[in-house]
Amino acid sequence: MTDLVAALGQRTLLGLQGLGRAVVLVLRLLAAVPAALRRPRLIIEQVYAVGVLSMVIIVVSSLFVGMVLGLQGYYTLVDFGAAESVGTLVALSLVRELGPVVTALLFAGRAGSSLTAEVGLMKATEQLSSMEMMAVDPERRILAPRFIASFISVPLLAVVFSAVGVLGGYLVAVGMIGIDAGAFWSNMQSAVSVRDDILNGFIKSVVFGFVAGWIALHKGYEAEPTSQGVSRATTMGVVHASLAVLGLDFLLTALMFD
Amino acid sequence: MPADSSTTEPLVKARGLVFRRGDRAIFDGVDLDVSAGRVTAIMGPSGSGKTTLLRLIGGQLRPHAGSVRVEGQEVAALPRPGLYRLRRRMGMLFQSGALFTDLSVFDNVAFPIREHTGLPEPLVRDLVLLKLQAVGLRGARHLMPAELSGGMARRVALARAIALDPVLVMYDEPFTGQDPITMGVLVTLIRRLNDLLGLTSIVVSHDVHETMAIADYVYVLADGRVIAEGTPDELRDSSSEWVRQFLDARPDGPVPFHYPAPALEADLFDGGEGR
Repeated sequence: MTDLVAALGQRTLLGLQGLGRAVVLVLRLLAAVPAALRRPRLIIEQVYAVGVLSMVIIVVSSLFVGMVLGLQGYYTLVDFGAAESVGTLVALSLVRELGPVVTALLFAGRAGSSLTAEVGLMKATEQLSSMEMMAVDPERRILAPRFIASFISVPLLAVVFSAVGVLGGYLVAVGMIGIDAGAFWSNMQSAVSVRDDILNGFIKSVVFGFVAGWIALHKGYEAEPTSQGVSRATTMGVVHASLAVLGLDFLLTALMFD
Repeated sequence: MPADSSTTEPLVKARGLVFRRGDRAIFDGVDLDVSAGRVTAIMGPSGSGKTTLLRLIGGQLRPHAGSVRVEGQEVAALPRPGLYRLRRRMGMLFQSGALFTDLSVFDNVAFPIREHTGLPEPLVRDLVLLKLQAVGLRGARHLMPAELSGGMARRVALARAIALDPVLVMYDEPFTGQDPITMGVLVTLIRRLNDLLGLTSIVVSHDVHETMAIADYVYVLADGRVIAEGTPDELRDSSSEWVRQFLDARPDGPVPFHYPAPALEADLFDGGEGR
């Protein structure tokens, strides 16, 4: 029994220590942002790596998500004689929830894992150490541009996700089921508010981009410098980032849409 | 006493150095001097803290007690900008080479120059080619690190380490795992670069013959202390059991062959518990 309590206490302590180090890291990253912004080329390279290269998975997923929403929305709404509102349902679901959340989850899986593995491997192969010995701060040179790139990419990807998703819904509802295109768009237009829906959804994706980038880089930077350590860090990075995104989504939704 | 009998201050000076990992003392009161312009070797068996010593000199680790001074500056007391200024005057060759895998040979060597100098690109190119020429790899500048052999990777890393014309170059196990030809190349390079560029070199190694061949002064570390020091000739003549075991590669001696364990009989016949 005592062992159990001791083990529990130790795990809690270790968890808190990890959290403390993560907070210290994010503060240092934020402090490094101004210096990193002076070298936009490094940020652009990373926006390409984590953002542009994630476009395919975002576009394809959002198209299918939008199409499924169109179908399910129609099946449900048609019973109430409200099939024309399917555009509203698709747009609100995407803009408020699915756009930011699914984008962040896909980002954590596609780009976050590669950030963790890249930074973890750079650490394991002493590249970060050698950079330090060359008087180049790895936090500023390696981590900060990647952090800024995540922060920029996730909101933009979420916008793409929502836009393509709406098109997917349109293809199914109008193209396949035969709902009137005018009703589809005009219902959507009257029901979706720029401030309450689009802006709030955008704010969510900004927060998710911040958190997904932060967790991915923290896990890589803290990875044990072995192949097993890097693989564990990559897995934990994706798991933690996904859970953080879902938890924060609830919190933000509760705060935003009361 | 350390090698240099002149009155000039040594470039690196460690006094009463103590460093622990957990409960284990890696260094327990180490004193050593590295004189300017010399090749100083730090030898000792694996796990004797040789790499740790380089990290202490480079300020990547802080000692628990004692001091490390480089050019008269206490490394552990330097604030980050000061430490970074000092590091620009140091080059370090990591055991793995630690080349940036996403950059070509050329860009690897150009990296510190581009980061620190803001020189125009044609000048960077000339400097990089000269550094690569010094290690004999000017023709390999377009290759990626994955395309290099271990020895070539180390030579590229060496070119990168001297890119900013440092005062001090530290070599972490430069000969480990190299074939005889590469080893010969590296041995010659370290000595030649030291003399031609007026560097000061610290070579951490357990390759006795290669290291003794180029060192001006040697420290032997074991059990957290300096157990022998002197010029290579002095060490060769040493009668210390420890030095003899290390230099003559004897399997047993002050460093036991067996990892601490209960007596074999007890383990075999009285055991049965655990594995």
